[in-house]
Amino acid sequence: MTAPAPHHAPAPHSYVSPIPVRRANLGDALASEWTKIRSVRSTLWTLGVMILLMLVIGLGVAAIAASSEAPMGDESALGFGFFGMLPASICVITLGVLTIASEYGTGMIRTTLTACPSRARVLTAKAIVFFLLVFTVTTVVAAIVGAGQVALVDTAASPSASDWLRATVGAGAYLAMLGLLSLALGTLIRHSAGAITVMIGLLLLPLVAALFMFSEALKSVQEWLFTYAIPSQMISLYAAQPPFGENGPSGWEPLLIMTGVAGVALAGAFALLNNRDV
Amino acid sequence: MIEAVGLTKRYGAKTAVYNLSFQVRPGVVTGFLGPNGSGKSTTMRMILGLDRPTAGHVTIGGHPFRQLPNAPRQVGALLDAKAVHGGRSARSHLLSLAQLAGIPAQRVDEVLGVVGLQDVAKRRSKGFSLGMGQRLGIAAALLGDPQVLLFDEPVNGLDPEGILWVRNLMKKLAAEGRTVFVSSHLMSEMALTADHLIVIGRGQLLADMSVTDFISANSADFARVRTPGTEPGQREKLTAALMEAGGQVMSEPDGAMRVTGLPLPRISDLAHDADVRLWELSPHQASLEEAYMRLTQGAVDYRSTDDRLAHLQPPQQPGHHGYGMPPQPVVQEVPQQGWYAPPPPGQNPYAGAPGQAPAPGPYASPAAPQPGTPQPSDTPKDAR
Repeated sequence: MTAPAPHHAPAPHSYVSPIPVRRANLGDALASEWTKIRSVRSTLWTLGVMILLMLVIGLGVAAIAASSEAPMGDESALGFGFFGMLPASICVITLGVLTIASEYGTGMIRTTLTACPSRARVLTAKAIVFFLLVFTVTTVVAAIVGAGQVALVDTAASPSASDWLRATVGAGAYLAMLGLLSLALGTLIRHSAGAITVMIGLLLLPLVAALFMFSEALKSVQEWLFTYAIPSQMISLYAAQPPFGENGPSGWEPLLIMTGVAGVALAGAFALLNNRDV
Repeated sequence: MIEAVGLTKRYGAKTAVYNLSFQVRPGVVTGFLGPNGSGKSTTMRMILGLDRPTAGHVTIGGHPFRQLPNAPRQVGALLDAKAVHGGRSARSHLLSLAQLAGIPAQRVDEVLGVVGLQDVAKRRSKGFSLGMGQRLGIAAALLGDPQVLLFDEPVNGLDPEGILWVRNLMKKLAAEGRTVFVSSHLMSEMALTADHLIVIGRGQLLADMSVTDFISANSADFARVRTPGTEPGQREKLTAALMEAGGQVMSEPDGAMRVTGLPLPRISDLAHDADVRLWELSPHQASLEEAYMRLTQGAVDYRSTDDRLAHLQPPQQPGHHGYGMPPQPVVQEVPQQGWYAPPPPGQNPYAGAPGQAPAPGPYASPAAPQPGTPQPSDTPKDAR
């Protein structure tokens, strides 16, 4: 057995590492989160499935419309992008929740927060990396799908430049914001399955509930739900005029609404993550 | 240097850690011992700022962990070997941690080499054995080449070679002037690794002393005496003689007697005077494990009991036990390892002057221990 050190010995020389000490910053956290998000298979799977759904459904719907002889009026073919965007949003929700909740599920969060005690920096880096990744992928895929749709459906009106911008950058940003909301919820709930369930419920249930509000007394609620449910907002994104209700959102407004909601949820996530035991 | 002052943590009605104060000094390996559920991991989490103490505070080098200017370069920790994303390869896992802490990427390959995982660096950690997981966790702790290192149960699941490696690694790290704080519930392991011990039970401090002090303060030596099993009368006679001479006699399950408070030659003389033959008279020294067991006996939260299968057994033969002896205090069996706890010493083990060599002869101790007395006076009262 080793000899014990005397109880009141002067503190021995402290160890100094030969590795140069550099203060870590947000850039380091971003690099770390990028490594994390690209080194798990769930990212590949969710994004892969999302791309497939957007391509197959978006182009499939366009092909069906092209084969039918019905006139499209002054609608552009870009609106068909919605049908791919709705299932794609489920993939984005899953990835958003998993980005943080998988760390809670595996216990990795404790390792992460030991390597970086600043909770705000970790969550900011996660949000930025996730947002940029989803935004880039969905924007590119939406552009490809949009080009295909416009080429396929020659009976539709040709879209304006602002239509194009909303159907690509707008759709990408909207999905990425929805993903950020999921990430915030994942931080709050700390449980993958729970947070994904809540998000899918939030995505689909308001619309389903509104469908069955036959009573006249619930008319106003039904109208509000039809106007502001997430799928309705996605449709509004493609429309220049409010498609639901007179004062409903249209154009870029759905993106602003989703940004606001995600911002509030993220603020809550920051506050809770900072004060809660891990 | 880790310093905890009045550290308390409550989870609702349950007090996990109560009023814990200690210092962990650099240059030595400090063992952190306690039974399962005694609050070791909670304390470690509070040191790392993962849990907020309900009361008190803990600092590393004078700062709370979350306010450390360069935390990952000053503190490295292995909390839970399974705290990794199983879908990520060992190298990616370490790389993400290195990047987060601003540590150059070549350090990742360095620590992979140190823990011997370079061949499986590209494999997903889901498929790792418990021992490989521990190595990965140790690699993460070493990544920042920090001044302060915390290891929570580092040898869990390691093979003997791995245990030896960890033991030497801890000693080497401490010898370099680092603060090494290692938790374990295995006294035997700590006896070989640690220089200093902090023992807790039910979240409260039971002992804070060097390993040698711990042994001398807590060990109780005894003699094992066996009389011919064929003559129960002899045993009775000897017991009476020994008790008269001031010894303490307890029965061991195999029919032998455990005698304390009398030196071996005196026992022999007494037996001779009483005209009793002895089949065995042997000296025994309590191991560190026993000392630890006795110390924490009152503080074990999860106690195993014998699986007696009572209702399945045929009715027992009468007269099977005890050879018709008058009932004697039976040595309490310590759970888990099947060691027998030595009787508690007469005085508070921590009140005694530490470092003092054990009394002249192992059995000459004049302070006759009282069998069956409750555990040391500072055994925690239920903090709840």
